[in-house]
Amino acid sequence: MIPIKVLVPSGVLGLGFNYEALRCGIKNNPDIISIDGGSTDSGPYSLGSGTSKYSRAAIKAEWKSLMIARAEANVPLVIGSCGTCGTNGMVDWMENITIELAEELNQHLKIAKLYCDQEKNYIKKSYKLNKILPLNPAPKLNNKLIDEMTNIVALAGAEQIQECINTGADIILAGRTTDTAIISALPLMKGAHPGSSWHGAKVAECGALCSTNPTSGVVMVEFDKTGFTVEPMSKNAYCTSETVAAHMLYENADPYILHEPGGFMDVTYSNYYNIDKKKVRVEGATWNPSKNYRVKLEGAKIAGHQTSLLVLLRDNNYVKNIKKWTDKLSTFLKKEIEERMDINTSEYSIEFRHIGYNSILGELEKNQGSPVEVGVLCLITSKNKISTEIAKLINPFLLHFPLSTNEELPTFAFPFSPVHSDRGCVYKFALNHILELDNPMDAFQIKILEV
Amino acid sequence: MSTLGEKVKKIRSKNAGPFWITVDVFCGDKKVYKDIRNKLKNSKISSLFMISEQDLNRFEIDNLNVIKFSFPRKTIQGDIFDRDMHGAQLAVLLSEMKF
Repeated sequence: MIPIKVLVPSGVLGLGFNYEALRCGIKNNPDIISIDGGSTDSGPYSLGSGTSKYSRAAIKAEWKSLMIARAEANVPLVIGSCGTCGTNGMVDWMENITIELAEELNQHLKIAKLYCDQEKNYIKKSYKLNKILPLNPAPKLNNKLIDEMTNIVALAGAEQIQECINTGADIILAGRTTDTAIISALPLMKGAHPGSSWHGAKVAECGALCSTNPTSGVVMVEFDKTGFTVEPMSKNAYCTSETVAAHMLYENADPYILHEPGGFMDVTYSNYYNIDKKKVRVEGATWNPSKNYRVKLEGAKIAGHQTSLLVLLRDNNYVKNIKKWTDKLSTFLKKEIEERMDINTSEYSIEFRHIGYNSILGELEKNQGSPVEVGVLCLITSKNKISTEIAKLINPFLLHFPLSTNEELPTFAFPFSPVHSDRGCVYKFALNHILELDNPMDAFQIKILEV
Repeated sequence: MSTLGEKVKKIRSKNAGPFWITVDVFCGDKKVYKDIRNKLKNSKISSLFMISEQDLNRFEIDNLNVIKFSFPRKTIQGDIFDRDMHGAQLAVLLSEMKF
């Protein structure tokens, strides 16, 4: 069966890819098509709320072209981390889209769903048995924090994807999975070089980001007994030994080591060289199995309800003294909120960010320019829905608060009516831990259906 | 005196998961790489990002002429006081650093 060819259409479903390059990939006879469906990179909202970052329409359109490509190639199609966060609900969401498309395309399919949600009681029990270990840095875990989380998922690895492949499914809809496991699973199963199976998967996990033309999306990785070869499928994309090697740096704290369920990959002694203008050959990575099988956990909890307000200031005296203005306003508002609403600062937070001065870097900002105008973004976060009422109380002061007592009341610019925007629940990542398992399938479930 | 950004090919920063930031300095060629590798001190980097020097991990990647720094995020990604969800603007601090 070696070599094994894995076609990766793009770094994530929903971001788009070059359709001509996809067709080129199908012509090259892949053994499997693997695409990632998620990430934590957009923040905790997706996992916290159990929703997709991308629109259903975008996902459906891209998934349709992949389902057509799959039928043509007659190989399995795998998506990992369905619906950005990879919760069970998002696997079912993806199943729903797949069933709709199967009907539209008149395809008869066997579908395997991999569920990665973790029940709170199971997590509490594992924590008590010292099966959950913190990574660095990790929030302090206890039963209260576990209870507060809205969703907890475990990241599946190659073993769980292999279980799905073994069912003979045409389409695999996996919950939260490492970006690499959907690519490495089949080559590992078929006896490809273990270190290189993971290394090739890491190189291809963001699609054509490992090439000179990142937006073209589609890459093919061919795995064998000693290494792997990577090639972008778009006419206008090239892999060079440098673009491929540099991908190990991307979003990776350590440029040589990648931890995965069951061990870690080490690329310290890898060699990269161009076979031709487009293709790069890589050998030399090692796979180092760990004594115990461990998977990473992700969890999110509600951080509060948030309401934002934006006021714009053009008056030169206020622009120059904006920090002083918001400091004075902040002190004043605390008192007003306590007196008029009878709530103290333990129940809410108010933050002012100075757009034009240091709204991105905050205290790290070194470059103090002199903007002509400044935006003040006011963020109110509260334990309950009181943030809306606090925003309404703040509103007139944000509009008229003077720097000194002996001046006419100023009026600043509100760009919106209403001024406040309710942002609803905001979330916080609450886990940076690993879970030890006796058997890789202990924390995961597979469901099969035929449509 | 020029800035570090003017001397090198590219500087980028990004989350490495929700709890870490990683910064890559692509020096471009061996000469620039060697020069910067010797002159760019960890103490300078840690003060720039206001982190302790013990929290700063440094990697010198000879074959790519890259110097890489990784450190834990001061605010967990997306927490209410986080100002930059992807951590990609932090690279500017290194780019604009006098060198």
